[in-house]
Amino acid sequence: MTPSPASPAPAPAAAPALPVQPPQGCPFDPPAEFARLRTEAPLSKISLPDGTEAWLATRYADIRAILGDTRFSSDTTRPGYPLSGMTGGATTEHRGFIRMDPPEHTRLRRMVTREFMVKRVEAMRPDIQRLTDELCDAMEKRAGQDVDLVEALALPVPSLVISLLLGVPYDDHEVFQRLTGTLLSRTVTDEERESARSELRAYLHQLVSAKEAAPGDDILGRLITEQQVPGEITHDDVVAFAALLLIAGHETTANMIGLSALTLMRDRETADRLRAEPNLIRGAVEELLRFHSIIRNGPRRAATEDIEIGGQLIRAGEGVVVAVPSANRDPEVFEDPDALDVCRPNAQHHVAFGYGIHQCLGQALARVELQVVIGTLLRRFPGMRPAVPVDEIPYRSDMAIYGCHTLPVTW
Amino acid sequence: MNITLDADKCCAAGQCVLIAPDVFDQRDEDGVVVLLDAAPPADQHDMVREAAAICPAAVIQVHE
Repeated sequence: MTPSPASPAPAPAAAPALPVQPPQGCPFDPPAEFARLRTEAPLSKISLPDGTEAWLATRYADIRAILGDTRFSSDTTRPGYPLSGMTGGATTEHRGFIRMDPPEHTRLRRMVTREFMVKRVEAMRPDIQRLTDELCDAMEKRAGQDVDLVEALALPVPSLVISLLLGVPYDDHEVFQRLTGTLLSRTVTDEERESARSELRAYLHQLVSAKEAAPGDDILGRLITEQQVPGEITHDDVVAFAALLLIAGHETTANMIGLSALTLMRDRETADRLRAEPNLIRGAVEELLRFHSIIRNGPRRAATEDIEIGGQLIRAGEGVVVAVPSANRDPEVFEDPDALDVCRPNAQHHVAFGYGIHQCLGQALARVELQVVIGTLLRRFPGMRPAVPVDEIPYRSDMAIYGCHTLPVTW
Repeated sequence: MNITLDADKCCAAGQCVLIAPDVFDQRDEDGVVVLLDAAPPADQHDMVREAAAICPAAVIQVHE
């Protein structure tokens, strides 16, 4: 049938936006839309805020294939890279190595990999435990009151640790926590995000300049003496390293601590089991990482050639957004995926830290922080419970990293 | 079992060290994987297969 001129065919509906809202009443579950997409359209089109489109990948196997294939570029300056709606540090100018491809990515990443290697991080475990105990001591003095667990413990532990490692004064934590909050928001305007980026850059530029005059025994100090002084990298590169490690180093772990603590307050059986068998904590942390999958706005890639993924052709120059929470709830890989099972045999197959050469540099540190903080909370505050109904907790579906904005608790 | 590595591709995520610390280590200068035992005993085999399956950069090849 030919449409009459009076009633033109409707324009094709715009692709939906990236799903971000958890199902009603289920704050720990990923958007329900992912389950449907995994079976019906594992690679589907989404609209980004500026109206451009990108592919959304929702199946575990496809997501590993994409993230494990360097023909899917992380270089944000590539044609077709899905920039719109991206959060975090600098995107195209002065960007960190996570927004680059090999060989430059490999060269820069290897300048800091040793700082986060397993044995270096294990050596920090006693310090992380001491720090956690001190914060818990301070919390204990507030027994009977409502305490915001985010402010009292979840945010300070990783912020203190990354500040110490980098050589950033912890006294400045209000500055970098506020700026990180703006940078990772999905709801601020581009101008607000740009302004936070410049403010963070200015702050770190000043800090790195001071360190150039007197480099300390910390990551930034070592980058200056071992890489910048011999001419391997520039001042601006050190600032980019600082921004990346500072942002990635505290916000992610902080949100995992808050969500994990809340989950275990509501799942008494699992909490009792972890108290009785503390050696289960390593597996429990892997399962919590899988279950919560807090990265909600990517990772993102641009195809540099035509590549077929799961039967779908992705063309050179097209953008791809990967749904980490969907991969980690894929029933093809994880049996009964919506259940939290701290003894799940393949929990560590999760892609909560990403996959491929960009997989989280700080994952060993994140694991130790989570094991220590969650283990300590279970041991020292067995009666801790939310101080407000759980559906009144402000969840972070407005942020690129999911979690709780605040978590009022009592015991 | 015999293990070979393509260490140039290693991104030093360190998951192999967490899973099979008797077989894999990381070199001090940059965290890149080092093989401690290229032909590990049978009680290590499951862990080595797991490390190879999880390795984000597909660095570990297991020959059986």
